[in-house]
Amino acid sequence: MLKDITLGQFFPGNTLVHRLDPRTKLACVALYIVALFTAKSFLAYGVIAVVLLLSIRTSRVGWKALTRGLKPILIILVFTAAMNLFFNEGTPIADVWLLRRITWEGLERAVMMVLRIVMLIMGTFLVTYTTSPIRLTDGLEALLNPLKKLHLPVHELAMMMSIALRFIPTLIEETDKIMSAQKARGADFESGGIFQRARALVPILVPLFISAFRRADELATAMECRCYHGGEGRTKLHVLRYEKRDYAVMAGFALLVVAMIVMRRLGL
Amino acid sequence: MEPIIRVNNLTHTYSVGTPFERSAVDGLCMDVLPGEFLGIIGHTGSGKSTLIQHLNGLLKPTAGQILLDGRDIWENPKEIRKVRFQVGLVFQYPEYQLFEETVYKDIAFGPGNMGLSREEIDRRVRQAAAFVGLSEDMLEKSPFELSGGQKRRVAIAGVIAMEPKVLILDEPTAGLDPAGREKILSQLRAYHREKGTTILLVSHSMEEIAQNADRIVVLKGGKCLMSGTPREVFARAEELEEVGLDIPQVTKVALALRRRGLDIDGAVYTVEELKNALLRLKGGASHA
Amino acid sequence: MATMLETNNLTFYYPAEEGREATAAVKDVTLQIEKGSFVVVLGHNGSGKSTLAKHMNAVVLPSSGKVYVEGMDTCDEQLLLEIRRRVGMVFQNPDNQIVANVVEEDVAFAPENLGVDTDEIRRRVDAALEAVGMSEFARHAPHLLSGGQKQRIAIAGVIAMEPDCIVLDEATAMLDPAGRREVLSAVKRLNRERGITVVLITHHMNEAEDADRLLVMDHGQVAMDGTPRQVFARIAELKALGLTSPHTVELLSALNESGELLPLDAITVEECADAICRAFGGTVKE
Repeated sequence: MLKDITLGQFFPGNTLVHRLDPRTKLACVALYIVALFTAKSFLAYGVIAVVLLLSIRTSRVGWKALTRGLKPILIILVFTAAMNLFFNEGTPIADVWLLRRITWEGLERAVMMVLRIVMLIMGTFLVTYTTSPIRLTDGLEALLNPLKKLHLPVHELAMMMSIALRFIPTLIEETDKIMSAQKARGADFESGGIFQRARALVPILVPLFISAFRRADELATAMECRCYHGGEGRTKLHVLRYEKRDYAVMAGFALLVVAMIVMRRLGL
Repeated sequence: MEPIIRVNNLTHTYSVGTPFERSAVDGLCMDVLPGEFLGIIGHTGSGKSTLIQHLNGLLKPTAGQILLDGRDIWENPKEIRKVRFQVGLVFQYPEYQLFEETVYKDIAFGPGNMGLSREEIDRRVRQAAAFVGLSEDMLEKSPFELSGGQKRRVAIAGVIAMEPKVLILDEPTAGLDPAGREKILSQLRAYHREKGTTILLVSHSMEEIAQNADRIVVLKGGKCLMSGTPREVFARAEELEEVGLDIPQVTKVALALRRRGLDIDGAVYTVEELKNALLRLKGGASHA
Repeated sequence: MATMLETNNLTFYYPAEEGREATAAVKDVTLQIEKGSFVVVLGHNGSGKSTLAKHMNAVVLPSSGKVYVEGMDTCDEQLLLEIRRRVGMVFQNPDNQIVANVVEEDVAFAPENLGVDTDEIRRRVDAALEAVGMSEFARHAPHLLSGGQKQRIAIAGVIAMEPDCIVLDEATAMLDPAGRREVLSAVKRLNRERGITVVLITHHMNEAEDADRLLVMDHGQVAMDGTPRQVFARIAELKALGLTSPHTVELLSALNESGELLPLDAITVEECADAICRAFGGTVKE
């Protein structure tokens, strides 16, 4: 179950998608989301899907890894689909039993909404899968840098984020281990009512929190020992630099948004 | 003798259908005999951890079976918790699983899950605590006030208190100093002697295994490489060294002596044995 | 020879807990560690060896007494960064000292903090990974590596500061024998080839075999100090401190109790076999 949580996972590689500047990828995701929300027709969705599929192909990220990321939100998908199927006015699909409640308009909206969510998740996951968390936070830090003037602790926030991301796999592994250890003592996580199940989590959560605090403490010491003293005067192994490919890709995504707006105007 | 646990052609494959797919255990066969003190040794990645998590049903075999008293433990998946009470498993660094407010309550967690009466739980908690050398006044302390070694013994008591037929310990001495190591091992030996419980000790240390186990199983690449008494296993010391396992230092000395032309049994593994062998050799020579 | 580390009447108390008197974790320790030496510190849990180690780069400051790193007082806050740059520290749990999700970015962490130029960081990262034999893992995710590999990454992360000394605070305690061997041989090479001073805190006696000097801590004090040969020969004293000598020495001592007269300074298997052969016949390999 826990293995399904893929957030924060990174698949190293050396494809065009991997090599893009993280700021480019963040900007492109933003543009991609705008495009998704501008799209109103299946044709428009089709255009975006082509862009998405092309990006996935170029990145060589496995299809399975991407679909696995969808598992945790399956419930949301089903719920969205059901809501749209049943609660839209319009022409019923057929005049038999349940189908009377489902309208063609509802079906269309349901498919579109599900497509939108799936494509949204896949697009953002593609970025996190192909960008090392450190580069991702570097990108965010660079994009948010102007906010430093407002005394926002941009570096500290970025560092916190990258450490959180770094420890996600470790803590997942740890949770698995603690669960197994308590199961070996006969703990039962699968039966009982909601109250019982919540209580069954105590033997997992207490050790997990204690260990997280211990880790945080040790990590802080280790960081100090490696001369960490805040963001002041820090240099970088990888300096962010826009290359030609970054401008090209960004222009491409900007074009996608323009195309979506035009198609919407034209009613396509 | 009928084995208490029989591992029959066990295979376990992780991450089936992904690029990370690999078999941690691959067609493994072995028996555990009732009442024996069995040592399991192998590298990291030899399949030790995967194997022991099958023995109490935490993992389900991809292929093959685990028979407990002749019955497949997965015969009735709903009853798998009962298997866990019969085959107690102490994980590596078990002190990280402690969670209760008091030592007493933490040890009582396992027996409590078994649905035993309050009196029975009380008896078991006190007995288990005594086995691992925890005094009565420690029972009301918070487990988090204790030292590392004490915490570990609380965690072991938590499994012993379920009074399993088979007790499996994964590296119970990892990270402890020599005194702490010896304390836990001698308590285990005493427990084995008094209760007659079957014990499986998983360890990286050949010395530790050699000095405690009646029989040793050596794993390599998810398969059983060899098994036998310590003497039988160390008689193949060169093979063990080839696969990168540490053989006891005394065995190494014995082998070095053989290479130097001394007629010494290469399978000795305790200081006492090698000393006696050497003295016999000298005595024999002087008598001749 | 120049002194790398020096403690003068170093005493350290952990803050007293409720209702308990504060006991000294380190008590009046005065010692010098020479530049370029390989020093192993042994001791049972709670002997004060880790507390002593943490004084060596100002993670912990003395309650009384002084600690000097190449003449620099660890209490001087102005010198803090320079002290930490010169004395790198590697800790027990490999998972809790790796900051980044990619090996090379983790190794780059310290030089980045020190404000080293990008090109120079690149050079140092590559050199550090090379030094611990982990170059091929530069772009890997650390959480998928073995324990021994993770610790080598941690060592590389410290090497990238170009320190004069590395302190390993029970850095091998959580590793399997193979991992321990990996880490030890990496550290030994750094000591031999680059003259980096190594202070290795451990409770595995066999890690002390090749050390230049062995310190045994007990109750916050240095109980024994000498070459491994000298210290290990004192079997009874070590036992009283909850430690053991290597089985080679124990074997020689047991033979002596039965009337032999063997030297006790043979630590390695080969030395021990030679010593026995001299008394029992057989060919000695010189």
